[in-house]
Amino acid sequence: MTTTFKGRSILSGNCQGEALVSHGGFNTLASYQTAVVLRSKKASCSDQNNVDLYKKVMTDKILCLPQTIGSTTGGLVIMTMCDIGNQPKAMLFSKPIDSLAAAGVILSDIWLEKRIIVVDSLGEDFLNAVKTGEAVSIAEDGTVTIA
Amino acid sequence: MTEIKLKLTPDEQAILDGKQGEILAKAMRSIVTYGQAFNADRLVDIVGDQHFVTSFGANTIKPYFAMMDELIDAGLKTKEPFTVDPRPIEYSSVNVNPIQKLVFGLVFGKQADYEKQLKALGLKNENAFTCTCYFPEVGNTPKYGSMLAWSESSAVVYANSVLGARTNRNSAGIDVLCAILGKAPRFGFLTDEGRQATWKIEVKTSKIPNAQLLGSAIGLKVMEEVPYITGLDKFLGKEMTPTVEAFLKDMGAATASNGAVGLYHVENVTPEVRNLGEKLLAPGYQTFVVDDAELERVYKSYPVLWKNLDAEPKRIFIGCPHLNRYQLDGWIERISAALKVHGVTRTAMPVSLSTPPDIADLYRKDPEVIAKLKAMNVSISTICPLMYMNNPLAAMDPIATNSNKLRTYSKARFFQDDDILELMVTGTAGKGEKAQ
Repeated sequence: MTTTFKGRSILSGNCQGEALVSHGGFNTLASYQTAVVLRSKKASCSDQNNVDLYKKVMTDKILCLPQTIGSTTGGLVIMTMCDIGNQPKAMLFSKPIDSLAAAGVILSDIWLEKRIIVVDSLGEDFLNAVKTGEAVSIAEDGTVTIA
Repeated sequence: MTEIKLKLTPDEQAILDGKQGEILAKAMRSIVTYGQAFNADRLVDIVGDQHFVTSFGANTIKPYFAMMDELIDAGLKTKEPFTVDPRPIEYSSVNVNPIQKLVFGLVFGKQADYEKQLKALGLKNENAFTCTCYFPEVGNTPKYGSMLAWSESSAVVYANSVLGARTNRNSAGIDVLCAILGKAPRFGFLTDEGRQATWKIEVKTSKIPNAQLLGSAIGLKVMEEVPYITGLDKFLGKEMTPTVEAFLKDMGAATASNGAVGLYHVENVTPEVRNLGEKLLAPGYQTFVVDDAELERVYKSYPVLWKNLDAEPKRIFIGCPHLNRYQLDGWIERISAALKVHGVTRTAMPVSLSTPPDIADLYRKDPEVIAKLKAMNVSISTICPLMYMNNPLAAMDPIATNSNKLRTYSKARFFQDDDILELMVTGTAGKGEKAQ
């Protein structure tokens, strides 16, 4: 059985991957701080306050989240993740995207030509439905399917 | 998102079309795409000095340095001078061992090169390194209603809330591009509707709450939304004194780091409330009560990441965000008095009081003050404690702080002011209770 949600495609693309779900706000700096400082190819979440993700591997996952929170270095952290290559494949936001995440993915796309696929406004039901480890596919038009 | 729906002036369109060069066009495309993600209707002119979060030449942020090089090589500068966050380390005020120093050199090995980039782009001056650029001694204090494109979450929330200026929570990178273009997309906190509060926070504590703890409780509850806070004027009064400004600075930094608050209103205190009152509450707002029990619950929820919970801290950081003069004087006085009460002359571990370079210089001019502080094991520093904690070796030590922001982003352990004062002079916090 599959469940489908339709969001707004911010940076479009098709991809499939494994969901990694943060029910609380995703603190980009706190989550990637260690991986970015050490330039680790595989990034594990270093945010002690994120009970869903702490110590879990985030690289190449489909990161499902309400919004990002925390330091305004957030966008710079996303650019650096893209430069290192330890970024998630996609970011799926239940709420409208926030300004820090938007800056990070857009600057990466324009200045580094590295794209994280981004869909936002998927709704609270999406975040309630999707579970860490589930297979998720994303279509160009912002349709998200949970297998 | 390739179709441009945001309305541009002919001059802006010409920049986007590359009439003023490829790099400026790329900058314009970045802020237009950014604005479109938020349904911005147009770009607005930003005024006055801007403030950027990125002050640190960390080796790891290579793509950012490359972007800066592209901008500088194209001959671009910001429209107005700008300030930036604090430098990551200052060896003259924060002693580190040779191995830690070596690692600082590795982690922040691009500091000198990056400062050259900042100067080339329009850095205000040598002292422009502070997260509290809005202090009068620093002088980057925006006027009520000014449109800005600032980053640094604690500065953004202060500019919006306490000064009544208008800036979104811009990220590093976008801030620089907006400052070069002198434009920001109009959405969010730049609009009247974006400044409406969707939460009413009723403070019902028995005494003045700890600002850092209150900010944390509010941030964790409302996340990115705008709170309208009642009940604080009972403790703060209605005048905007340096004490009140310091309280609001520290509370705001905690709301922004523990959540993502970019603007709050405090009834009878902050400027927009004085003008608009409860009209700032959006229809259908939610209500949340913060009382003593809620603050206690939040405090007890913080994980302690020290390996040994009973360890005596190796260092204490006060001043994240940087301290104003009132706070700096207050801490020096309190530490001095506590040492006398305990019959000791020095704190049990080095204590670093972080403040902007322009304020530090005022104290450093007086050799007597510096000698007195040195004898107490206390230093006035201008660093960013958070950047200090980015040194993996330094971060392995048990570090204590009264900053909720520093707690959030590092392994530093949070203590409230009275406990951290006791910790300074005895090496033990909470009247003998070492770990909560």
